[in-house]
Amino acid sequence: MTSRLAWLTRVTRKRWLQVAGVIVIFAVAAWSANRLLERMVVPRPQPQTAPAPAAPAASVPHIIATLYYGTADGQALAAVKREVPLGDGPRAQGRQILESELEAAPAPFHSLIPPGTMLRAFYITERGDAFVDLSPEVSTMHPGGSTNELLTVYAIVNTVTANLSSVERVQILIGGKQADTLAGHVDLRRPFERDTSLVRETKGTQ
Amino acid sequence: MRTAFLCVIAVVLLLSMPHAQGTTPPSPLTLISRDGRRPVPTTILNGQEFIALDDVASLFQLTVREDALAGGVTISYKGRTIVASADQAMASVNGRVVTLPAPVLRSGRRLLVPVDFIPRALAPIYDSPIDLRRASRLLIVGTIRVARVTVRIDAVGPPTRAIVEITPALLVTTGYDAGRVLVRVETDALDAAPAPAPAGLIDQIQAGTQTATVAFALNPRSGTPRVSTTTTTESTRVTVEVPLAAQSQDTSAVPAAPPPPPALPPPPASPPPGVPALPASSGPKLQTLIVDAGHGGDDAGVRGPKGTLEKQITLDIARKLKALVETRLGVRVVMTREDDRAIPPDERDAIANNSKADLFLSVHANGAPSGGVKGTEVYYLHLDRAGEDARRTVEATELVLPVVGGGTRPVDVIRWDLAQAPHVDASSRFASMLEEELEKRGPMGPRPLQQAPMRVLSGANMPAALVEIAYLSNADEERNVQSADFQATVVQAMYDAIVRFRAYLEAPTAP
Repeated sequence: MTSRLAWLTRVTRKRWLQVAGVIVIFAVAAWSANRLLERMVVPRPQPQTAPAPAAPAASVPHIIATLYYGTADGQALAAVKREVPLGDGPRAQGRQILESELEAAPAPFHSLIPPGTMLRAFYITERGDAFVDLSPEVSTMHPGGSTNELLTVYAIVNTVTANLSSVERVQILIGGKQADTLAGHVDLRRPFERDTSLVRETKGTQ
Repeated sequence: MRTAFLCVIAVVLLLSMPHAQGTTPPSPLTLISRDGRRPVPTTILNGQEFIALDDVASLFQLTVREDALAGGVTISYKGRTIVASADQAMASVNGRVVTLPAPVLRSGRRLLVPVDFIPRALAPIYDSPIDLRRASRLLIVGTIRVARVTVRIDAVGPPTRAIVEITPALLVTTGYDAGRVLVRVETDALDAAPAPAPAGLIDQIQAGTQTATVAFALNPRSGTPRVSTTTTTESTRVTVEVPLAAQSQDTSAVPAAPPPPPALPPPPASPPPGVPALPASSGPKLQTLIVDAGHGGDDAGVRGPKGTLEKQITLDIARKLKALVETRLGVRVVMTREDDRAIPPDERDAIANNSKADLFLSVHANGAPSGGVKGTEVYYLHLDRAGEDARRTVEATELVLPVVGGGTRPVDVIRWDLAQAPHVDASSRFASMLEEELEKRGPMGPRPLQQAPMRVLSGANMPAALVEIAYLSNADEERNVQSADFQATVVQAMYDAIVRFRAYLEAPTAP
């Protein structure tokens, strides 16, 4: 009985050591893969890049995305490169990019989406149509005017299409529904294609 | 058993309600309200004019309930009631008895009430004032200014003198353009007596009840008319004196001018050749202009740093443009809103399309993320893929439908929300003219002429453009837009563009 107990103890210890060894190997492999992925995704930080909207944790991989804001003089759109957390697939990545776009613009640019606006949903159809569903503040808090409205719409549309190659058109929804306009001017009933005619080259942008 | 008995009695009473068939009067009543004008059909029965109760109910949002046992009807409006009897010419209005010229009648399935039911029974419980003007066949609902206008020929001449009497005294603007004298009354509608027969050097007289304008078409022999206005406490009088042209006077000086006819000639069946055409009777290609004052009601539009609201500025500009175009061009102008109310984009387009307008101009004030942006900008519609497809479809498809009375009529088939697609080229031309005229008179914005997917333009089935007159987000421009000078300058520029576009439409090569 005693010898049987000693044998069982030896076998259990050996198995525990094997399990622990496998865990250590997996942990080292995961850490290495993580570092490798991080290096691949973010080759090196750009000096003219605007600071990230919220500094991602060191362990969170991120990408450099092109976001659109109002130029300092308020006349056009500026393409600004910013760090955005890496998303798992185009849909998650689109969400991350739009969440960043909704945050305050870096100086000296102007935010074009009213403060308080939340991203309710983001999804992409197989045909390459993306749907950006925003909370009602995008309309109720909008300052109005054709110029403001065009800049807001194309800031969203260009931000999505510039960063997600699978998206060809963007439809903006408000509160989960199709909307007429943001503030009485630009027709939101149909999806928009990318339009860079409002974009102006500025220092620190591409 | 008792229920069945009551039902039988009810049926008997209903059947015993007077049934009648009437004749149609020469013209329907015209209801005028802030929402516009609409004909209201009536019927003459036993010398009395009746109106269908269901028509009254739908016009005034009433609830009608037949009370078979009592042999009448109960009409409710916001908790107030009218009980009208089928056998007595009276009604109880919120408990107070009023007399009517006739009791409620049945004609087929419809119940009829005398037309006087509206001012006598409905008006006391209705929220807005109701005025029935029998002579002019007008039913005026709400605080609408309706001026009574009479025109008479005071002297056949030459010089021919015509008098326009307007009651009450109102602001009047007059103009002379292309052989026409236009007298525009600053009122919502005209209660115009029948115009007299033309005489002397006046070939045609029209009182446009919808445009609140009295127009005189002058004979080609006439010289420049003299128009004077005098106002008393009760009325305004406009005197139009039309002399012979200088050349005509010279030639007529050799042989004595024929004496004027003793009596006014009967009105011509059609205008004689060479007579300048009046807007309503001829076929110029620009007959109706839509002026769309942006925003309104809860939708204030842009708010300037000092609190100026876009909706008020656009309405001010739209009113001035309407007055100028009607007075100087004699073109009918329909505004999508004439007061502070929210009108959805589709309704604005519906007003334009249902008015069969020839041109659409939307007036807005702009806003930008920075207070430094300023200037005027003009937009016309940018077509996306669906719009381009719609345009090609319209160009490729010609649908010809037969019409009542024989013949055929070509019909364009296009989606309602893409009605602008076939007009984009003409809209581009109109927008360019606007941009050129505005640029002559003031600073333009960073993008003076743009194509954009503008919601209100997409459903307009006619050439259409949108003007952002200034940036309200700019403090200087916010101050400017309130000045009469700035508004007059912008209105004049828009007017000049409209005149140019009219010439383009009427050119032999025009579409």
